Amino acid sequence: MALQAIAFYLMAAVTLGSGLAVISSKNPVHSVLFLITAFFSAAGLFVLLGAEFLAMLLVVVYVGAVAVLFLFVVMMLDVDFADLRQGFARYLPIGLVVAGVLTVEMVTVAITVATQGAAAKNALPMAHGANLTNTETIGRVLYTDYVYFFQAAGLVLLVAMIGAIVLTLRHKPGVRRQNIGDQTARTPKSGMTIVKIAPGANIPEENAQ
Amino acid sequence: MWFGLAVGQVALVTIWVLLSLAFLLLADRKIWAGVQMRKGPNVVGPFGLLQSFADFLKFVLKEIVIPSGADKAVFLLAPLLSFILAFAGWAFIPLAPGWVVANINVGVLGLFALSSLGVYGIIMGGWASNSKYPFLGSLRSAAQMVSYEVSIGFVIITVILLAGSMNLQTIVGAQSGWFWNWNVFGGGFKNWALLPVMVVMMVVFFISALAETNRPPFDLPEAESELVAGYQVEYSSTPYLLFMIAEYSNIVLMCALISVLFFGGWHTGFPFIEGAIKGWPATAQSAVLFMVFFFKIIVWFFMFAMVKAIVPRYRYDQLMRLGWKVFLPTSGIAVLLVAGWRVYGHFG
Repeated sequence: MALQAIAFYLMAAVTLGSGLAVISSKNPVHSVLFLITAFFSAAGLFVLLGAEFLAMLLVVVYVGAVAVLFLFVVMMLDVDFADLRQGFARYLPIGLVVAGVLTVEMVTVAITVATQGAAAKNALPMAHGANLTNTETIGRVLYTDYVYFFQAAGLVLLVAMIGAIVLTLRHKPGVRRQNIGDQTARTPKSGMTIVKIAPGANIPEENAQ
Repeated sequence: MWFGLAVGQVALVTIWVLLSLAFLLLADRKIWAGVQMRKGPNVVGPFGLLQSFADFLKFVLKEIVIPSGADKAVFLLAPLLSFILAFAGWAFIPLAPGWVVANINVGVLGLFALSSLGVYGIIMGGWASNSKYPFLGSLRSAAQMVSYEVSIGFVIITVILLAGSMNLQTIVGAQSGWFWNWNVFGGGFKNWALLPVMVVMMVVFFISALAETNRPPFDLPEAESELVAGYQVEYSSTPYLLFMIAEYSNIVLMCALISVLFFGGWHTGFPFIEGAIKGWPATAQSAVLFMVFFFKIIVWFFMFAMVKAIVPRYRYDQLMRLGWKVFLPTSGIAVLLVAGWRVYGHFG
């Protein structure tokens, strides 16, 4: 139990610390790297809760795919740091409002959980009672009670993906693309012509390429 | 007590992997040399057996050069991260009955998660070098590894569907008995219709593993002939060594993963062999089966080495085409077929 407590405080501290570093570090690439650390230690917190499936998904999806693309884009941006600091005072009020709203929300949730202990107990993972792994538990709920929501979420993602492709896809005329089928279907007959040329004569116009 | 035992296991596995790597690296160079009708390293020790150790000493004793424009912390963190992630994956691999460091229920997913983190070492190294070739190499690798992870994920899903579990021990256990129970043959006669599907999935996994570990013919992040050495250009001495060891550890990890997912892990494939050693003490049995597993890893490493020697490098657009237009649809359809068979195919 003591080991678990140490692990919890360690990972919670790392999550908070790297979260703070995300917004305070000057280099945007460092920010993204700290964000990845925060994701990773949040996954560790999930493992401590006994939700190892969610933890792995968090790592695979957010750390392994989303953050890679994020880092990819941030690295290629040519950011002017002086420009960034100029906007700081202008955006400060909006940022403060958002932070205030979030703080109120979190305090409300914390108070609710603290005062109504029974409601919080209902939120315990079902795996404890039914002796199932939490992958099975999620599967049982996701594909029975929430199957329509699940499918609808999938559809939304699909539409978003198609939208992104439609917005960015451009067919440039004049670009020669490799067609593997054409290439392998080429035979000596279709690929070359043999021309008899008398010594000293020029190659006929229609065959010169 | 429990904590000490875990640390001991981790140390044992790490030492085993490092020692095997020393000789597998030599084997790689020897096989490559053999294909090209050269002798390969043959000076240090008998048949050059100690070459890797000589290389190790050479790397460690050299000076670490850090480019003046480099981001020092990230520059040094990148090889460390690569190294740690490459070795962390071994914790999930079941080496023999009962021989596994972390026997968790989502073992496959954990392994997949760690391998998807491997790309960070390369991107960070390329960016922190603050130089053009490393940066180009790291951008290429980011796109390449993300692309091939998708098809690896789908292939892993087909295996999970067949075994009905994400626990690697259970996946190996499901492939016991004769060799036709291995997942590469569809997991037994009851799944006869899946034989062609799973053979194709094994091939897709093998080729994706080549791309995921940046091995030739997919070594575009390094591409000696165009990018000099990609993300490794600015690295020297021990940081370079860490990158190198991490790369080879990942390759051997992929070999182990192919053996576990498709070729029955520690199972011999012939039940009478396992029956013959039934009366032995449990540790001796495990040791024998561990050697079987190790043999499979070596066979697959030989395949990796042969591919490196035989196949020329892919062009970048061909690589992307193969990943997104060939492997992704193939493995996606395979997931549908296997899932359909699991639901409607079993009669009784």
